Amino acid sequence: MATDRELPESLLPLPPATFHILLALADVERHGYAILQDVEQRTGGELKLGAGTLYRSIARMVEQGLIAEVTRRRSLGDDERRRYYRLTPFGTAVARAEMRRLAQLVRLARARGLTPGPEPA
Amino acid sequence: MRFYRWLLRLYPEGFRAEYGEELCRVHAERAALTTGPAAPLRNTLAAVADVLPNAIAVHLDILRQDLRVAVRSLRRTPGFALTAILVVALGVGANTAVFSLADFVLVRPLPFRDPGRIVKLWQSTPAYSRNECSPANMRDWGTLSSSFSGLAATTTRPANLVGMGEPREVQLALATPELFGVLGVRPVRGRVFSADPVDEASIVLSDGLWRSQFGADPAVIGRAVRLNGVPYTVLGVMPASFRYPHSTIEAWAPLALGPENFEDRDDTYLEVVARLRPRVSIARARLDMDRVSAQLERQYPATNKDLRVRVVAIREEVGGSSRLLVLALCGAALCILVLACANLASLFLARGLYRGHELAVRSALGAGRERLVRQLVTESLGLAVAGGVVGVIAAAAGLPLLSRLVPEGLPLAGQATLDLRVLGFATLLVLATGLAFGLGPALSASSPSPRDALGTGSRSTRAGTHRIRATLIVVEVAASVVLLVASGLLIRTMLRLQALDPGFVSDHVLAVRTPLPRDLYLITQRRVQFYDRVLEQVRALPGVTSAAYVTGLPMSMRGGIWSATVAGEPPADAGASAVGLRFATPQYFATLGIPLRRGRDLAASDTRTAPNVAVVSESFVRRHWPGGQDPLGRTFKLADMERAVVGVVGDVRVRGLEQSSEPQVYLPPAQVADSSIIGYTPKELVVRTSAALDPMSLVPGIRRIVRAVDPDQPLARVRPLDDIVHDETAPRSTQLRLLGALALLALLIAGLGIHGLLTFTVSMRERELGIRRALGAEAGGIVGLVMREGLVLAAVGTASGILLGYAAARGMGALLVGVRPEDPLTLIAAGMLCLVTAAAGSLLPALRAARIDPMTALRSE
Repeated sequence: MATDRELPESLLPLPPATFHILLALADVERHGYAILQDVEQRTGGELKLGAGTLYRSIARMVEQGLIAEVTRRRSLGDDERRRYYRLTPFGTAVARAEMRRLAQLVRLARARGLTPGPEPA
Repeated sequence: MRFYRWLLRLYPEGFRAEYGEELCRVHAERAALTTGPAAPLRNTLAAVADVLPNAIAVHLDILRQDLRVAVRSLRRTPGFALTAILVVALGVGANTAVFSLADFVLVRPLPFRDPGRIVKLWQSTPAYSRNECSPANMRDWGTLSSSFSGLAATTTRPANLVGMGEPREVQLALATPELFGVLGVRPVRGRVFSADPVDEASIVLSDGLWRSQFGADPAVIGRAVRLNGVPYTVLGVMPASFRYPHSTIEAWAPLALGPENFEDRDDTYLEVVARLRPRVSIARARLDMDRVSAQLERQYPATNKDLRVRVVAIREEVGGSSRLLVLALCGAALCILVLACANLASLFLARGLYRGHELAVRSALGAGRERLVRQLVTESLGLAVAGGVVGVIAAAAGLPLLSRLVPEGLPLAGQATLDLRVLGFATLLVLATGLAFGLGPALSASSPSPRDALGTGSRSTRAGTHRIRATLIVVEVAASVVLLVASGLLIRTMLRLQALDPGFVSDHVLAVRTPLPRDLYLITQRRVQFYDRVLEQVRALPGVTSAAYVTGLPMSMRGGIWSATVAGEPPADAGASAVGLRFATPQYFATLGIPLRRGRDLAASDTRTAPNVAVVSESFVRRHWPGGQDPLGRTFKLADMERAVVGVVGDVRVRGLEQSSEPQVYLPPAQVADSSIIGYTPKELVVRTSAALDPMSLVPGIRRIVRAVDPDQPLARVRPLDDIVHDETAPRSTQLRLLGALALLALLIAGLGIHGLLTFTVSMRERELGIRRALGAEAGGIVGLVMREGLVLAAVGTASGILLGYAAARGMGALLVGVRPEDPLTLIAAGMLCLVTAAAGSLLPALRAARIDPMTALRSE
């Protein structure tokens, strides 16, 4: 893909759904529904992706080279018909770049004396 | 689940094939978890809310991506992109401009309330189908008919608006108070005149006059102005869209009809408009008016014999030739569009072949056919949109040029505008164009199996494409021949018209109108004094060779028809006794260069105490005293007065070059009773100058003279007589220039098309041609071989184009004066022109073919 040649920074800032999908695939290959469940659990049910949003994001991320479909299944226990996805090195680089961007933002806010304050009840 | 699958159809096919099953599975798993009341409904709503925006977003993603690819690939071939954009711009621009004109003139509802129910009532006789009517007939039509909810009459005349700086002539419509109600129009300021109580000496301004003469002053209502020397009060201002009965009317005043106006049923000057009652059809109104006219004919046989009422929907008032003129342009524009699409389709087919390899690779990499077609169509639509924008801008810039084609007799503004309606049409046009030239080539380019294109051989596809392109060339040539034939016939007509003798010599003649308000000049002697004093001084100006006053100028005042009868002749119908009546002072014939054939000019001695005399035209003599009888001294009766012929002059084409005119009768202005035939009072001053002098340079001198004689007289419509003759053919020459330009463009496009096709053929056949050369074929033979292909296609296209062109020419027969649709010269010239263009287009590729080096050609395979 042509996007392979692009710098990770060129894709920033990432849409929230994209970033969460990258996070979901950071440790393990997952199929679509598993990604949804992971995002939902990790955010305490705050972010509930729809199937449409998920697969549109997946389609675009495959196109951009952030993730790739896994052609060989890892273990027999998995559902054979499902399509699994994994992070590509470029995807990892983009996720890192986004983290750096967010961390930088937080640092800037702190330098101005801004604190997150107590969590809302 | 079935619903969800149906919903997934919103996605692009490729996306659905890729992720459809997954989407269904996830949706099912989600749905299984939803519990509680109305769970299915909540699931459905959630699915719609999820799928709908995402499907749109996926489409947009693909569009963005396709556009990026398209821009990249077009940037590699800027010549191709530019050609395509220009050709689209041409097609869309021509059609947008012509559509806006056609829509404006023929289709769009007129700016009145419920305009479909407004009709015009014309008096018709066997000789004249569209005449004004007399006040008495108008009144009786209103009382005897049962079809109309209201009926109003107008008559128009110029009037002097004085009291604000220079006196100025305004075009005034005198109207019965019912007019505004019948048309259903309200003023934007103030009010209109009412019937009860009667508003006398009041005036309603048009938007244009209010702006130009009153500086759009909101306090204009109630202001006093002087019209023809009489004080009037401004009652209101009409909206800018309101122009009735013609586009040139600037103000409205009440039409006062006294008992004396209802006496003469032959005094016809009213234009009648009426509104149909609800649920009354125009057909029923016609039957109704037939009954009314039959009743009036029985009651007044002397005046109403053979007199019928023509009921015409106001939209149908556009003259037949104006309509045809616009329709002819529509046809031409359509031809250009077909041509543009054929040309672009051909270009895209060729491009598809060149890109066959690239597409095959993408197809092999898993892009579905739908995806490839979509990519290619995006490209063609993108080009169409770019060309469309250029075309619409060009159309907007060109609209003022078309304004000459808007007939003045319509209650419409003088110029069509580009509005949402037209832009909507242009958008549809662009999309249709983009699909027309993009879809076919896209389907064809994406169809060969990857193996076919990746391998060396795809000759069958190429041959098929070539056949289609050849067909397209035939279509292009045929379309341009049609345009050439049509414009050729119009050029021939124009040349014929320009060669016609109008009956007068227009160069070095200045025409000026002094409107002479009728109320102030009712007394004949007073008018004659005015003419004498003005003419005496004008004739004394340096450079003036002659000057005269006349009722109306030829081709400007076209009607003015009276009945003249010769004692002893059997009573004829109105048409056979009709003459064009003009009052003229001495020197009129000399000033206009109308030849005096026999007898003498009208003279200053032809006063009321002298015998009544007349000068008549040659056709009058031929009609009444044929066979070389001496007309001098013979008498005829006109307006109840016996008149003796003292002179015979040449005929003048008073009705214009394209129509036949009635014989003319000229009377001395002094020999008419006070306030009789007042509408024929001479108002036009014509002055002939020596060849060294520009007639317009006389204007200041004439202005001084007229002001000295009557300070309230403005000079109106100052123009060289040449302008009037020029205006006579102006709509034609505008149309001709347009059509001619379109035809030449068509020819150019067709020529380029042939060039493109042959260039392509030559490059495809390089090897074969190389072998032929190696086997000893002469260069001339190769040139002939290639040129033959182009010429055969052109010949087929020309032949069919001539047939179609002949059919089109028959349709526009009414625009052709003195030229037959099958005019051989035009048909042959159009055909030859096309063949020459085809030969020129074929020459370069043929020469290139002849220069092919056999060795290089064979090596490259």
